[in-house]
Amino acid sequence: MSRAPRAHELGVIGCHVCGLVSHEPAAAEASCPRCGSALHRRKRDSIGRTWALLLAAFMLYIPANVLPIMRTVSLGDVDDNTIISGVVELWVKGSPSLAVIVFSASIVVPMMKFLVLGTLLITTQRGSTWALRQRAKLYRAVEFIGYWSMLDVFVVALLTALVRFGFFSQVEPLPGVVFFGLTVILTMFASMSFDPRLMWDGPDDD
Amino acid sequence: MSTAQQGMARRPPQSPAAQAQACATAGRLLVCEECDTVHRCRPLARGEEVRCVRCGAVLARYRVLNAEGMLALVLTALIVFLIANVWPVVTLGLGARQSSATLWGTIIMMWRQDAQVVAVLAAATLFFFPLNKMLMLGWVLLFARSRRRAPGFAFIMRTLYHLQPWTMTEVFVLGAMVSIVKARAYFEVQPDPGIWAYGALTFLITVFSGIDLRTLWDMTERKA
Repeated sequence: MSRAPRAHELGVIGCHVCGLVSHEPAAAEASCPRCGSALHRRKRDSIGRTWALLLAAFMLYIPANVLPIMRTVSLGDVDDNTIISGVVELWVKGSPSLAVIVFSASIVVPMMKFLVLGTLLITTQRGSTWALRQRAKLYRAVEFIGYWSMLDVFVVALLTALVRFGFFSQVEPLPGVVFFGLTVILTMFASMSFDPRLMWDGPDDD
Repeated sequence: MSTAQQGMARRPPQSPAAQAQACATAGRLLVCEECDTVHRCRPLARGEEVRCVRCGAVLARYRVLNAEGMLALVLTALIVFLIANVWPVVTLGLGARQSSATLWGTIIMMWRQDAQVVAVLAAATLFFFPLNKMLMLGWVLLFARSRRRAPGFAFIMRTLYHLQPWTMTEVFVLGAMVSIVKARAYFEVQPDPGIWAYGALTFLITVFSGIDLRTLWDMTERKA
């Protein structure tokens, strides 16, 4: 068997919403005959949009880490926590295994997203054929784990709602948590706007 | 021009009966979403999933549940969701004083504390999106039981597709566990029914994620 054909070589196009395969329309603006979604061979301006969203996310990730995300007031004692100091506190006072989970979700996952998406963008722009299958796997991994970064945001929200003992003890959210939430959302949009089909467009491997 | 290749089977077919059940899409073309390679469908065996020959993405999965089964799952999830939202998740005690939190209590608190962005994010990803998903899926399945397409089928299916990545219930459950551990250092912590309901909901969501909603197009008739 010769190498597997790709959609445009057979003159067909797959709908990304319902999966129906139809004949590639001549017009630029066409919609799926079955579900009515817009059909396009590749996501529009994929590379540019992904870069923009990724860079914006990265810029917000800096204040998300530098600024405190949570304030604990107890008996007049004020203690501001950043993401990393929260992890350290969890390690020391609570359970190290949860600290590892929080560290992964808040630090490792976002950093991995920046690195992986950045690598995918650069290699795709260069039309590189390097490790294509592995890169495809990396992309799927990033899509799959991306939203777990919201963990710390929900922790701050829950603690704020729970710890309401006035003068004795009180938790307040601080601006860092807003920046962090926005970072997660933007990285999710970034990975969605990346079109993995572009990686396979240059090379004719097999 | 060569014909489209068959996807790589991960497990060999097991029984002829199982094959017949999944035959609805056999022979049709299937385009890989991640690399645009064209494949030809073939019957799937129980537990089988088909992966793209070029990039390895999952193309199709064997459908374990029929419409009735999925509907039962959606109704279960709706009931559990209701419980999870009405009962508090955790209660903290400090001396004689107690404080507990529900999901909506948490959302309102974030809004009042000048973290409106977080309040909106939480309301969307933990309440409105999951609820809408369940209601819309339930509506579509109600009709799919008799192989019909519900009014608004195409619109609902498109919306479900776009909502897919934006529900974060399972992250919230992990967040609740982290909060409990963090609070335990200073307060008496008592888990409430809400947290168990959320745990069950996470399990149901995991079962759901194995279902390919696209099969609903093939399960229902062509006429809208």
